[in-house]
Amino acid sequence: MKYKDYYAILGVQRGASADEIKKAYRKAAQKHHPDVSKEAGAEEKFKEVAEAYQTLKDPEKRAAYDQLGTGFREGEEFRPPPDWGERFHFRQGNGEAFSFDDLDLDLGDLFESLRGGARQAGRQRPIPGQDYEATIHLTLDEAHRGTEIDLAFEKPVKVRIPKGAADGQRLRLRGQGGKGINGGRDGDLYLNIVLHPHSLFRTSGHDLYLDLPLAPWEAALGATVEVPTLDGRVALKIPPDTAAGRKLRLARKGLAKPGGGEGDLYAVVQIVNPTVLGTRERSLFEELAKASRFDPRAHFAAEKSHGD
Amino acid sequence: MATESEAFWLHAGATVTIDELSTASGLTVMEIRELVEYGALTPVGEVTFSATCVACVRQAARLQRDLELEIPALALVLSFLERIETLELEVRKLTSKPR
Repeated sequence: MKYKDYYAILGVQRGASADEIKKAYRKAAQKHHPDVSKEAGAEEKFKEVAEAYQTLKDPEKRAAYDQLGTGFREGEEFRPPPDWGERFHFRQGNGEAFSFDDLDLDLGDLFESLRGGARQAGRQRPIPGQDYEATIHLTLDEAHRGTEIDLAFEKPVKVRIPKGAADGQRLRLRGQGGKGINGGRDGDLYLNIVLHPHSLFRTSGHDLYLDLPLAPWEAALGATVEVPTLDGRVALKIPPDTAAGRKLRLARKGLAKPGGGEGDLYAVVQIVNPTVLGTRERSLFEELAKASRFDPRAHFAAEKSHGD
Repeated sequence: MATESEAFWLHAGATVTIDELSTASGLTVMEIRELVEYGALTPVGEVTFSATCVACVRQAARLQRDLELEIPALALVLSFLERIETLELEVRKLTSKPR
């Protein structure tokens, strides 16, 4: 078994008071807690300090730990003194004594088993399985139709993601977490869904937004254009005199919602000029410029001038 | 393998009971009631909550346990987590604009 220097991990002296230990732990926990720190390795670091604290905050566990003496270095292979296991009644979850000859034995697990007075009566107590959490990335198509993904926690699992996902939405999979002990319920699996950006659509909940470029004459005269949706192309009627920025709603062409139904698709009109004008196009625009009385900047004149 | 009936979307249209929230977070029903009193959680019915709160309540409960927080601090953490979640989603919406 490998020795762990719990005092060094918390950065306190061996003679530290319970209060000093608590303060050192809280300080380290705030810094390294995986829900707070985004740094790589934060979770491992937090587990280390939590394990050290779980042992040192409990007077009985601390006494047992102190009995191991100061002769070992962090990470060093060691065996506890001969009568040590007897004196502190270490018991595994199944009630059997630990074998200190076991090389894989973990010091933290050992102290975990020393659960105050409850350890005798509570041996067969049902313990619920651990909940698992993971973030998964889906394309819009996968979210829309549902998909199957492979995940690995204690062992690889195939998870069916039903349709209905939206960006940032969570899925709870009952009983797909860690196994319960002594008849405790199995843990759940929580998946945090992140949608990959799509080349055409952006999402807002289950609604989709699509930028729809139109030629000036399509916007002015009206037209019927083909637009993409997640279920293939559909014809969209553009009414005459359509302004840029107008949102044209295609009902129920958005993402599938949980429990049925779909969001909407909004085509947001953009008016786009030809980048290169042919001779005939140019002369038609010139003719239009002469004939039209349209002033797109009429509202500038209404604005009170500040500079003069 | 999971069947679809075991999969449950925690979306705005779904609710969880106070007991389900307690099981999911490890908080007691009493502690959840206190969070309601502090205004950090708003029930949608007598004893039901929007399913969207589950993730934040779980995270806040983890922080409370690991950092040994009192209930008022837990309430504060929870309201901040919900704000961060809303803002992060908003940022993602704005930055995921095509082109």
